[in-house]
Amino acid sequence: MLQDQVWLATLAGIGAIALGFLYAIARARSPGDGQQVQKRAYAVRRWWFFALLLGGIGATWASLDPFPLPLQYGPDEAPQVVRVVGHQWSWQLSGNRFTAGVPVEFLVTSDDVNHGFAIYGPDGRIVTQTQAMPGYTNRLIRTFSQPGRYRVLCLAYCGVAHHGMAAEFEIVAAEERSRS
Amino acid sequence: MSAASPVMHPESESLGRGERIAVNFYVVSGLVVFVLMMLLGLVMRMAQGTWLDVGPVLFYQIMTAHGAGMVGAASIAASAVMWFFLRKYVRLRLAPFVANLVLFVLGAVAILAATFIGQYAGAWTFLYPLPVHSMGLWSTDAAALFMLGYLLIGVGFLLFYLDAMLAVVRRYGNLGRALGLQWLFGGEVDRAHPPAVVAATMVIITNSLGILAGAVVLVMCLINAYFPSVALNALLAKNLIYFFGHVFINETIYMSVIAVYELLPRFTGRPWSVSRPFLWGWAASTVMVLIVYPHHLLMDYVMPHWMLVMGQVISYASGLPVFVVTAYGALTNIHRSGIRWDMPARLVILSMFGWAAGIVPAILDGMISVNKVMHNTQWVPGHFHFYLLLGVLPMILAFMYHLSGSRSGARESAGDRVAFFVYLAGGLGFVLAFLAAGHASVPRRFAVHLPEWMPYDRAGSVGAMLLIVTMLVFTARIVAGLLKAPGDGAAAHAVR
Ligand code: HEM
Ligand SMILES: [Cu+2]
Repeated sequence: MLQDQVWLATLAGIGAIALGFLYAIARARSPGDGQQVQKRAYAVRRWWFFALLLGGIGATWASLDPFPLPLQYGPDEAPQVVRVVGHQWSWQLSGNRFTAGVPVEFLVTSDDVNHGFAIYGPDGRIVTQTQAMPGYTNRLIRTFSQPGRYRVLCLAYCGVAHHGMAAEFEIVAAEERSRS
Repeated sequence: MSAASPVMHPESESLGRGERIAVNFYVVSGLVVFVLMMLLGLVMRMAQGTWLDVGPVLFYQIMTAHGAGMVGAASIAASAVMWFFLRKYVRLRLAPFVANLVLFVLGAVAILAATFIGQYAGAWTFLYPLPVHSMGLWSTDAAALFMLGYLLIGVGFLLFYLDAMLAVVRRYGNLGRALGLQWLFGGEVDRAHPPAVVAATMVIITNSLGILAGAVVLVMCLINAYFPSVALNALLAKNLIYFFGHVFINETIYMSVIAVYELLPRFTGRPWSVSRPFLWGWAASTVMVLIVYPHHLLMDYVMPHWMLVMGQVISYASGLPVFVVTAYGALTNIHRSGIRWDMPARLVILSMFGWAAGIVPAILDGMISVNKVMHNTQWVPGHFHFYLLLGVLPMILAFMYHLSGSRSGARESAGDRVAFFVYLAGGLGFVLAFLAAGHASVPRRFAVHLPEWMPYDRAGSVGAMLLIVTMLVFTARIVAGLLKAPGDGAAAHAVR
């Protein structure tokens, strides 16, 4: 799960920085030749600066290709389309049962203030999200593989009952859907 | 000032009577607001964990006051850092500095009155159209009073920056030369050019622009509040607000970091001189802080996608000068230096760690694909409290300890030392609890939490309690030092 990767990368990054600090702090008290220290430190710096630069370019490329957001113009594309409107303080969805394995297109907007349309999976973790903004419609396309109950929470503060603004929909397996 | 040798303690830091009183007021008001807002923060965290019973109406008022109050207090305290060190190199006037504080206090009173009397709870980001769409919970007047408070504070800062800008131009000819742009591509860098001037010039340029954008959108919102037929474009308002908000909060770091450049050399005996990489880092940051803000709008899919890509790329790039120039520079400065540890030095090193480490979760969240599952979870307060609590605040406290110590001549006590390590432990616990909650998809800005989220809330509350206790120790020590009879202003130099 993406969240776990991000969490581990964060802990690793913070840990590496902490080690660098502990190293320098442990050697801070013993005096040495400042010029010498600086010269060596700058020589080392060149290398890890280039490493960060190259790593950054690689990560940027990998994370943007394919582009993580759907095209926002053009006709509806997914076989299942649902219109979502946020209100203070409830969600209005034009459908609440979709088939697993088939793309669902959410057309998300708001009737009053800004809301955040976040989909929580059956395990209670965020699957994906977009904003619900008055005057605009954000198009979110998602193929759900796991059947079950999904919850929608509002993730953009919208006033005093913001935390209570929830909705639900169901993803059913394809064979079950054709039977019913 | 001679241009030949690197300058460590260029001129006396002694303060005239009026200056001393003004700085004391800055320090004391900064500390008082910090402590009060920390208490409000603790109340929120305990409410989320149901250790305290706070209704949602009050919770969101507190959230609004905490956000605005903390950003304001950090800015005002950081501007004292900038003023204190910059005035050694250029002639700053006292009046704009005092006006800034007076307008800040007036603005803070307006903001507190709007939230706790007018019940305004539209959050410190006043995102249009929420302030004028409360569903009857607060009045248009309360929202307007809140925004008026912001305008007052903004005007104060603009006066202060205008004075600083004139002073810098008078001394260096123009802002570009103060930034050291003439040395970017060649020529011999004047090693005596003060890092404080470079940082302050960057802040003067960028924060003036940020505040002007903020003023524009505030005036637009105020007009709309009383003439609703003049509707605003919600996406444009959001762009302006996040441009302003991002720049304004980040400038607290860029102002406070001056304390790092100025203070650390006094404890290591090694100068921190400008170099070509240093100047490149600051020149790049000047541009980047202005164009990185779309990383707040990654989930607004209708934004031009090139802007979102820019937000992601610049988020990463903004981290590089911090790692490569400032944090690494600080470590190089202390490495085998025979440093003599004292509170300002400890706090400076902590601040470098907090800033650099806090950037890691921030950069990751600045990626569009990650933002889809982390945006507006507690991951966000996790990373910004990381570099505010463990970065900016230690920079500010380092300055305050320096100021108070140079006046009283006091060195760090065992109590200071214990408080320092407890602050570090409490701070790490507090921010890691937020990050862990974000990893588990706990939303930010929720007055009410699910039972399975509460362990994070309670762990965070314990961290917050430690932070507050130690902050009280710091406050008492600093204020006691300031109240001592003014000693020799040059004592600061004798520290070493
Ligand atoms: C003991 C210290 C602190 C505690 C206990 C604390 C607690 C909190 C809590 C509980 C929240 C709301 C989290 C949520 O969205 O669920 C919050 C938000 C925030 N805090 Fe802090 N905080 C502390 C220090 C600071 C400092 C030092 C700053 C800035 C210099 C700061 C700036 C903010 C801002 C800007 C927000 C966002 C408010 C919003 O979402 O509208 N905090 N804090
Ligand atoms: Cu909401």
